[in-house]
Order: sequence, then structure tokens, then C-alpha cells
Amino acid sequence: MVTLNDYLIASGLLFAVGFAGVLLRRNIIIIFMALELMLNAANLSLVGFSRYNLQKGLPDYNAQVLVFFIITVAAAEVAVGLAIIVALFRARQTTHLEDLNTLKF
Amino acid sequence: MNSAPWIILFSPFIAVAIIVLATEKFKRISSYISVAAVAVSFVFSVLVFTGENGSASFNWIDLGSFQVKIGYVIDELTKLMLLVVSGVGLLIHIYSIGYMADDKGRSRYFAGLSLFMFSMLGIVLANNFIMMFIFWELVGVSSYILIGHWFERSSAADAANKAFLVNRLGDFGFMLGILLVWNTTGSVMFDELSQRWTSAGISPLVLTVAPLLIFCGAVGKSAQFPLHVWLPDAMEGPTPVSALIHAATMVAAGVFMLARTFFLFTPSVTALNVVLWIGLLTSLLAAVMATQQDDIKRVLAYSTLSQLGLMIAAIGLAAPQAGMFHLYTHASFKALLFLGAGSVIIALHHEQNIWQMGGLRQKMPITFWTFLVGTLALIGCPPFAGFWSKDGILAAALAHENIPAFIAIACVTFLTAYYMSRLFVVTFLGETRSDSAGHSHESPMVMTLPLVLLAIPSTIAGFPAVVSIFYKVPEHEGAMAAIVVSSIAFLAGAISAFLLYKEKAKDPIDIPLFENRFYIDQMYEVLVKWTQDLLANISGFVDRWIIDGGFVRGAGRAAWGFGFALRFLQIGNLQAYAFLFGAGVVLLLYFILFGAS
Repeated sequence: MVTLNDYLIASGLLFAVGFAGVLLRRNIIIIFMALELMLNAANLSLVGFSRYNLQKGLPDYNAQVLVFFIITVAAAEVAVGLAIIVALFRARQTTHLEDLNTLKF
Repeated sequence: MNSAPWIILFSPFIAVAIIVLATEKFKRISSYISVAAVAVSFVFSVLVFTGENGSASFNWIDLGSFQVKIGYVIDELTKLMLLVVSGVGLLIHIYSIGYMADDKGRSRYFAGLSLFMFSMLGIVLANNFIMMFIFWELVGVSSYILIGHWFERSSAADAANKAFLVNRLGDFGFMLGILLVWNTTGSVMFDELSQRWTSAGISPLVLTVAPLLIFCGAVGKSAQFPLHVWLPDAMEGPTPVSALIHAATMVAAGVFMLARTFFLFTPSVTALNVVLWIGLLTSLLAAVMATQQDDIKRVLAYSTLSQLGLMIAAIGLAAPQAGMFHLYTHASFKALLFLGAGSVIIALHHEQNIWQMGGLRQKMPITFWTFLVGTLALIGCPPFAGFWSKDGILAAALAHENIPAFIAIACVTFLTAYYMSRLFVVTFLGETRSDSAGHSHESPMVMTLPLVLLAIPSTIAGFPAVVSIFYKVPEHEGAMAAIVVSSIAFLAGAISAFLLYKEKAKDPIDIPLFENRFYIDQMYEVLVKWTQDLLANISGFVDRWIIDGGFVRGAGRAAWGFGFALRFLQIGNLQAYAFLFGAGVVLLLYFILFGAS
């Protein structure tokens, strides 16, 4: 029997993997993918909540609508983010974070 | 309701309005309007003088229990004062037409004179403290305008400022006095006050303090020590102004006010003694200073101070009638002396140093003879006016058996005779000592006529027969002793000055202490500078170190310091930011979930 906790643990693990990727990887494209992973971890937990919060015998569709919103926003974010990365690459010929550290004291 | 007092009061005011609003450009018309307004006031003053006593008032400000009334009171005091102010004022207005003939600012000058007449008549007519105070301040303003008439001369502008500021000092005390009286009795009307003040239930402290505060106003306006410093400087104004305002009328306002509110002083012996000795001190100091002055107007200014001191002393001797009597006679002969001096000054093309004059007797006969009359009246030569009035004050001192005061007044009489004879001898007798004195000639009719007209009251105003028409002077016992002493003092003074200064080209006596007026002005200067520097340093310190350094720059420095500290967080590594962000979220979560317990 799969419980809500299982969903949430899976979601948390996914989030942690994504966050670790953001923190540890050097390539900005990989970091970007890790970010997407974090978004999807959030989606997973929302779907889990939806399944286990029955309203008159049906799942709570509010949470699933929220998931669609997140997917939409994430798509837009990917478009903008990739465009920024392309522009950055054209300017600096690199996608490695340790070369992108001019904004400091 | 009798309308004459209102006509007297407002006719000069209408003149001011017309001159300022319409005829500023037409100088001749302006001067005639001003003279006509005073003439109207004078005519109605004569009518009022012959008429009945009375009073009337209407509410001006009505705030429940607090009412300010505008009204007049006609009694013996008012009647004669009206006559003096409008009479002397009229003559001086006429004289001004001649004296100011070449002046560019004539319209402004005559508007100022009319404004002064309005305010002075307001003081005389006032039947309550509030109205008197308003006109009192108006007098100060018009005096300021007229002293500073030649404002392009910095000395005149400074003198005007000085007069105004010093007067404000006295007026502040006056205002406090009025408030104290009002707070104690609940009334500012003179007639109500005179009944309530003597009623029981007022603490002795208030009975002493209130009149002394009121006296402060008189100290400022009548230029008593230690606020006397403005009057000699006020001589920077045109000479007719000096005659009208700073000799005959405005400076007498203080004495008049004391006489009007004398009922406040009667319960307190201390207050009366303070008044007496301030008056005598001023009188003596001023007389001593006058003996070493070289400017003809300054000598007269100091003699004015001295005579005002005598009047104040008479009030302090509980003899306001004697003080007012001296005020009336003094108004005529001091105006005469100033106008005579003005005539001399104009004839010598604005030369005021008496050592540049001399020998004017032949050149200016009318001025000479009228000035002689004025001098004799001032030094108290019988039977001229000043003799009788000064004698009244001496007799009052005797009647009170106040021997120190009697001796002081006798000394003043001696000194007065001395310095006036000195002035007269040096100015009119002996050789001519300068070119301008040699080329001088008699002034025009419009200037000599007021001299002659003023010489008449200066001569006869003191005769008991004449006095009885105008005024009731109480008989004093021991008047004979007073007559003897004052005669001896005046003869000694006049003769010694005559012998000392006859045919002299230079002052044979040189006492810098007297010449420099006991250095009182300098002391004030140092004192004012010292306090001003101290205050400036304190406020400078507060401004620089506490407000600027502490608050303004402190806020800036704090913001800058926080910014500097936060700079070190900007390490440029995106992942470090992400880590800090994550750590922050974790911390927050920890506190929210577990920290509450």
C-alpha cells in the first residue's frame, strides 16, 4: 500500500537530488536541469496531496491545476533561462560557473 | 457719544492712508495733508479741553470673559496731554515743511509723522491697558521709521534698529506687567482697575512686582537707565523728529503712562522707591554726560534724558502732578530748543559740532533769542516755565522729607544750568569758528514762526495764573526752601559755565569718562558680544557634533558601514549564494517547526 508519506519521501529525495545538483555541479546547463528536477519534485508532492485529500470520493483537483500552472511557468522559465545561457555563452564562451564570478566585491 | 476724541485720533490716521495710498508722488500735497490732519486734531483738542470730562468705549474683541475694548477717557490728564501733543505736533509739522524742503523722501517722512501723531494720541486717549499697549508699540514703529528716515546712512539705520530693540526689551516687561495685572484683577480697564487694585486679597508680592513690570515699559520708552542708550543715537533722525518724538512727546509717554496708572504704584513703597532712584540715577548720569558732549543735538538729547529722569523721580515721590507739570513745560521748551538747534544746523549746512559754530548771535537773531528763552526755561531761571515745574519736583522731595533725593535734584539743576550755558555760550557767543558759521543766515519764516510760537509757552507756562487755567498744581509746604536752593544751583551752574567757556575756541575741560558716556555703550557691546558668542558657540557645537555629526552623518555612516560589512558576502559564486539561500530556508523551517516550543 503506497501511502502519502511514500510520495512525500520520494518528492523530498528528488528535491534533495536537484538541490545538490544546483549546489555542486559546475556546468550551468546541468544546474539548470537540476532546477527543473526541483520543480518536478514539488509537482510530485502536489499530486500526492491531491490523491490523498479526497473530496466526496474524488481527488482534490485544485492541487493538480496548480501542477499544470507550474509546468506552464517552468516551460516559460526554461525558454527564458536557455536564452540567457545562450547569450551568456556568446559573451563569455563558457558555461562553467567558476568562470562567471565577476559580480563580487 | 461725543465724537471729538475719535476725530482727534483718526484724523492723522486718515492722513497716513491718503499719503501712502494716493499722494506718495506729490510731495508738497502730502506735507500739506499731514499738517492739515494735525491742525484738525489740534482744533478738536482745544474743543475737548474746554468741554466736559467723560469716557466711552466699544467692544473690539469679545471672547466670552475676555473683552478688549477700544475707548477713550477724557480727564484732566488727557485734556492737557492732548493739547500738548497736538499743539507741539502742529508747530513741528509746520517747521518740517521748511526743514525737509529739499528732502526726496518727504512723503514718507510726513506719513511717518502722521502715523506717530495717531499712535501718540491713541496712548493719550486709551482707557485700557490693551489699547494703550497697541498704540505704545505703534509709537515704537513710527519712531523706528522716522529715526531711520535717512536709512542710506548706516548710522541712522543702526540707530533705528537700536531704538526699536531696546524699546522691545522694556515693552516685554510692560507686557508681562499687563498680563500679571489682568490675571490678578481680571480687568484691563483703568477705571475698574483703580477700584479693584486697592481692594484686599492681592498678595504684597504682586502689588510690588506688577507696577515694577509696568515701569519697565516706561524705562524703555522714556529712556531711563539702563535702557537709556537708544535716545542719544536716535538723534540720527531729522531734527524735527528729534524735537517731536525724542524730546517732547514720545519719550514723555512713559511718564504719562506712569501718571495714568499711578494707582498701581500707591500701595507699594518699594516700587515707588525703585522708580524714584532709577529716575534720579538717570537724571544725574545724563546730566554729567551732557557736560562733555560736542554735538549740539546730543547735548540736548542728554538733557532730555536728564529731565525725563526728573519726571520719573517725581512719580516716584508720589507726586505725579509735579511730574506731569514738568512734562508739559518741558515739551514746549525742549521742542523749542531742538527746533532752534535744527535751525542752526540747517543754516550751517548740517554742521552739528558746537566748536564749529560760535558768533551766531548776529547772524541768526530770531533763533538766538528763542534759543535763549528755551535755555533759560530749561535751566530753571525764574520766571521761565522750567523754573516753576522743577521747583514743584524739588518741593515734592522736600514734602516727603527725602533729603538725598532733594540733594540729587539740586545737583541735576546745577549740572543742567552748567551744560546748557556751555552749549549756549559756545554756539551763539564769541567768535565764528568756521566758514559755514560765517556764511550762515537766518532760517525761513516757516521755521522761525514755530520757534516764536513755542517761545511763548516756554516763557509763561509756569506762572501760577496761567497754570491754574490748565492744571491744578498742588501747593507744597516749604516751597520757599526749594526756590532758594534751585536758584542758587542754577546761578552757580550758569555763571561757572559762562566764565569757563567765554571766548574759548576749544573745550578747556576734557574728561574722557564723561565724553564717552561712562562707556556704557561699550559695556553693552561687550556684554552682548560675549553672550552672543557664547550662545553661538553652544549652538554651533550642538549643530556640528550632535545634529550633523550624530544624526545626519551618523545615519549615513551607519548605512555605509552595514553596506561595507555586507560586501563580504558578495563572493561572486552563484552556488555559494544558492547554498546560503538553502541554509536560510532550513534555518527558518527549523525555527518555525521546532523553535516555538
